Amino acid sequence: MTELSMTVNGVVRRAAAAPTVLLSTFLRESLKLTGTHVGCDTSQCGACTVIVDGRSIKSCTMLAVEADGAAITTIEGVAKSDGTLHPVQEAFRAHHALQCGFCTPGMVMASVALLAHTPNPTDAQVRHGLEGNMCRCTGYQNIVDAVLAASQSMKGA
Amino acid sequence: MDTFTFKRAASVAEAVAAATAGVDAKFLAGGQTLLPVMKQGLAAPSDLVSLARVAAMQGIGVNGGMISIGAMMRHADVAAHGEIKALLPALSVLAGGIADPHVRNRGTIGGSLANNDPAADYPAAVLGLGATVVTDRRRIAADDFFQGMFTTALEAGELITRVEFPVPERAGYIKFPHPASRYALVGVMASKSAQGVRVAVTGAGACVFRATALEQALAKSFTPGALDGVAVGADDLTSDRAGSASYRAHLITVLAKRAVARALEVRS
Repeated sequence: MTELSMTVNGVVRRAAAAPTVLLSTFLRESLKLTGTHVGCDTSQCGACTVIVDGRSIKSCTMLAVEADGAAITTIEGVAKSDGTLHPVQEAFRAHHALQCGFCTPGMVMASVALLAHTPNPTDAQVRHGLEGNMCRCTGYQNIVDAVLAASQSMKGA
Repeated sequence: MDTFTFKRAASVAEAVAAATAGVDAKFLAGGQTLLPVMKQGLAAPSDLVSLARVAAMQGIGVNGGMISIGAMMRHADVAAHGEIKALLPALSVLAGGIADPHVRNRGTIGGSLANNDPAADYPAAVLGLGATVVTDRRRIAADDFFQGMFTTALEAGELITRVEFPVPERAGYIKFPHPASRYALVGVMASKSAQGVRVAVTGAGACVFRATALEQALAKSFTPGALDGVAVGADDLTSDRAGSASYRAHLITVLAKRAVARALEVRS
């Protein structure tokens, strides 16, 4: 076991982990941040997407020990502390961009990362940017609409 | 996954020493293939040697007509790099089309090359652009590096540190992605430089290869039309549920024409 320390949603968190522990497992089981979902556990579905040092990654395909010292944002960290939703979350609600909601944490994190480096994406850029995230309910159209709407609402922010 | 000893290397020498000391040690670059393979139980290394903090394997440098890419550079780094976009846009396009954004943020050029997946994109770039693979102990020409399915010229414990790409006069990459995995069903890199024409094909066979019939036709005239009627044999190509060998053979010429057309669109 190795003692790991990382800044998660702005707070320094410490816990011990064996080398085999995945970041997704560490977040969910050691830090009790269960908003990060594990869907396929084979690096395909993107439900486990979190942001590590500014980059979206699949937390089921990164060792927790490799995130030692990193700054991590999970779905629990995107809304404001007073409960005000992030513009991406608000747009997902307004545009009915979720049905069962299982993929939504990963979709939101992927969208937040996408808009950070491409603030004014085209429809095609949104679809390319969300290629690593699967949704089995919506058919994606409303998700794309939500991300495009969020890009507009974030302009004034 | 089975347990292993985790080691973090601070230098190339330390990484090689750690890998050599382990019974069945493996280097851990981005882990985007190795970790899924370990989770499936298909690999169970005794030691994982993390390369994340090896400074000599970082960075992208442009010197004259050569682009040197650190083996730990992520696909997203290569795709977004300004000088690569300007000098060798075919390489940016290729790197930006690997897998998906999250995988591109972890996966590395060195890891992809060491793994040599038959349908990976980077082998087509290295072979099709005549790049050199630099390791801790030698320089390996692209034509000598790729030896078969998941097989390369790398010796046990040998570590790729950088990859050097000569800037060609023109280059284009087109892939026909598998609709689910985004791996290349077929991908073609075509380039023209003072050293000649190179056409490298990934996804179609057991290992990336040069399509010599297409190269000969393009050496006469580097135009899509030069490939009219030039066929690639299907004998050694892959057949699976995504496409037969003859389908892949047909795609090679079609995509090579498109790659040449793209190469002629932009100066590269």
